[in-house]
Amino acid sequence: MATVTTKPHAEPAVYVYEAPVRIWHWVNALSITLLAVTGYFIGSPLPTMPGEASDHFVMGYIRFVHFAAGYVLAIGFAGRFYWALVGNSHAREIFFHNILRKSYWSGLWHEIKWYLFLEKEPKAYTGHNPLAIFFMHWMFVWAVTFMIFTGFALYGEGAGYDSWQYTLFSSWIIPLMGQSQDVHTWHHLVMWVIVVFVIIHVYVAVREDIMSRQSIISSMISGWRSFKDARPPEDKDVN
Amino acid sequence: MTETFYDVMRRQGITRRSFLKFCSLTAAAMGLSPAYAAKIADAMENKPRIPVLWLHGLECTCCSESFIRSAHPLAKDVILSMISLDYDDTIMAAAGEQAEAIVDEVIEKHKGNYILACEGNPGLDEGATGGMSCIIAGKPYTEQLRRAAKDAMAIISWGSCASWGCVQAAKPNPTGATPIHKVPDIGNAPIIKVPGCPPIAEVMTAVITYMLTFERLPSLDRQGRPKMFYSQRIHDKCYRRPHFDAGQFVEKWDDESARKGYCLYKMGCKGPTTYNACSTIRWNGGLSFPIQAGHPCIGCSEDGFWDKGSFYDRLTTIKQFGIEANADDIGIGAATVVGGAVAAHAAISALKRTQSKGDQE
Ligand code: HEM
Ligand code: HEM
Ligand code: SF4
Ligand code: SF4
Repeated sequence: MATVTTKPHAEPAVYVYEAPVRIWHWVNALSITLLAVTGYFIGSPLPTMPGEASDHFVMGYIRFVHFAAGYVLAIGFAGRFYWALVGNSHAREIFFHNILRKSYWSGLWHEIKWYLFLEKEPKAYTGHNPLAIFFMHWMFVWAVTFMIFTGFALYGEGAGYDSWQYTLFSSWIIPLMGQSQDVHTWHHLVMWVIVVFVIIHVYVAVREDIMSRQSIISSMISGWRSFKDARPPEDKDVN
Repeated sequence: MTETFYDVMRRQGITRRSFLKFCSLTAAAMGLSPAYAAKIADAMENKPRIPVLWLHGLECTCCSESFIRSAHPLAKDVILSMISLDYDDTIMAAAGEQAEAIVDEVIEKHKGNYILACEGNPGLDEGATGGMSCIIAGKPYTEQLRRAAKDAMAIISWGSCASWGCVQAAKPNPTGATPIHKVPDIGNAPIIKVPGCPPIAEVMTAVITYMLTFERLPSLDRQGRPKMFYSQRIHDKCYRRPHFDAGQFVEKWDDESARKGYCLYKMGCKGPTTYNACSTIRWNGGLSFPIQAGHPCIGCSEDGFWDKGSFYDRLTTIKQFGIEANADDIGIGAATVVGGAVAAHAAISALKRTQSKGDQE
């Protein structure tokens, strides 16, 4: 019987992304996709429909999908934030991380160099790498928060003066930004910030899956992080 | 004995019957129950008349023009007779020194008890014209405004000029035109904004009647506009709204959709972002309003409507990027650049990887 030789490998896989984080990730990805598509068509509607108005409800459906997905996004995000407080340390990374820690900045710099092809090899991480944390915090967490606030401010306009959406969001966000049209413009612009994030994010997820020293896409499906070599990950004792 | 409103009206030749009609019309315009007609009548019969100073700064007089075309001639006559008694330099009889003396007289005699109605706004000293762009009786308008504002019971900012700045405040705003509530040292009198370019006549008369009869401000929203007329968007009550929901749009002027009266959203209609009463009260005595005439709403009652690019674009033009672009142009541009960078990065990554694989073998 031939002996099976396995490559030298690190400690067994680590459970990183708990179920709520994984479920949230894919629900979130789906709702953002729907929001971006319907949002675009709210700004620039499809070609005009023929016939009687009572036979169609095209804008109505597009707006309905947008608002429904908006609620899913917002409730999901609130749940995800709650999980950041009660879940494992990895659930916290994209919301809270210590920017005073030197290893964060050196890790960030190393990761940038790896992306500029100046480093032969990336560092391995159990959680997100510092560059991922940086982008997910600034380009995702804040952009989505912004979209939820401005989105509900716009929603409150339709829901009316005495709605809770108006009281909680529209009443102060609209004057803060100038007028309703400005809220539309910002809500629209930041959509593109998120679209750019998604382009980079999906590319990087696939690339890291192939080129980095740990599992990536399967981790966001199963929750487990496995490592391709025996050296310990950078954030072993950090979290 | 001090004069009441009713005394003034009778002196102006208004019959009691007309007076009572006016009271019920006003109650209806303000959305009050019929019982309020009697309250208004009672107030007007018994309360001393509140003087109104109507000052004009940098403006085009469209507010006055709108006001004197109030749908119900009755309302117009009544209110004009109430306020033209004091000071309104475009429509009063007095002129020159005599007219200016009235301002001082009202301020002195009725300290804290008169309403200051502002049409237009002042050009502040900070402007390129050093506050000299609007001179009244040899002095910058700002001075007259501040003096009258200090002792006013309340200030009404007529129209988008007094409320927001309007076209004279458009970038780069050479005269330093500034809406009333932002004028330094304007005092503490409450300011009520009645924006629009111009505001609807019925809205103006209702606001002023409300204040005169009830001696308090109508309830205002956070931005200082009377809720009863500015709490809904044009879009919320637009009669073309079913076409919006159905996705039926005018695509260009004079197309089949325009003839059919479809929604003007794609022609840049600002109805969805504009708070005003045009789609309910309408204009010219309820005859029509811009959208009914086939033209998109330009958002004339909204702050900054004059600086947001073409009236005929749905998406606002953003000028900060040098070339004129809207959110989609910028976003698609950014996404294309990033997409290209990602593709190039992927190509180099693949190349590197095959190289390093080669090295290992
Ligand atoms: C990532 C999330 C989101 C994206 C990418 C997005 C995108 C967009 C875009 C592009 C528009 C058109 C803006 C324009 O008029 O030019 C829009 C409108 C709107 N969005 Fe969102 N949105 C998001 C989240 C939300 C949320 C959470 C809500 C809240 C329920 C919301 C509510 C609205 C409303 C009420 C409008 C205005 C619809 C109308 O004018 O008929 N959005 N959105
Ligand atoms: C096909 C599409 C997508 C794929 C393949 C994908 C893949 C992944 C993977 C593999 C991770 C884990 C990264 C790691 O292990 O360090 C992750 C995390 C994340 N992704 Fe995605 N993603 C997709 C779409 C999206 C979209 C549309 C968004 C939202 C704009 C998004 C937002 C995030 C965020 C915020 C995290 C951090 C999760 C956390 O720590 O809670 N993803 N994604
Ligand atoms: S015409 Fe303007 S206000 Fe009327 S439904 Fe269309 S977008 Fe709304
Ligand atoms: S329809 Fe719009 S632009 Fe026209 S008067 Fe009314 S608010 Fe102003």
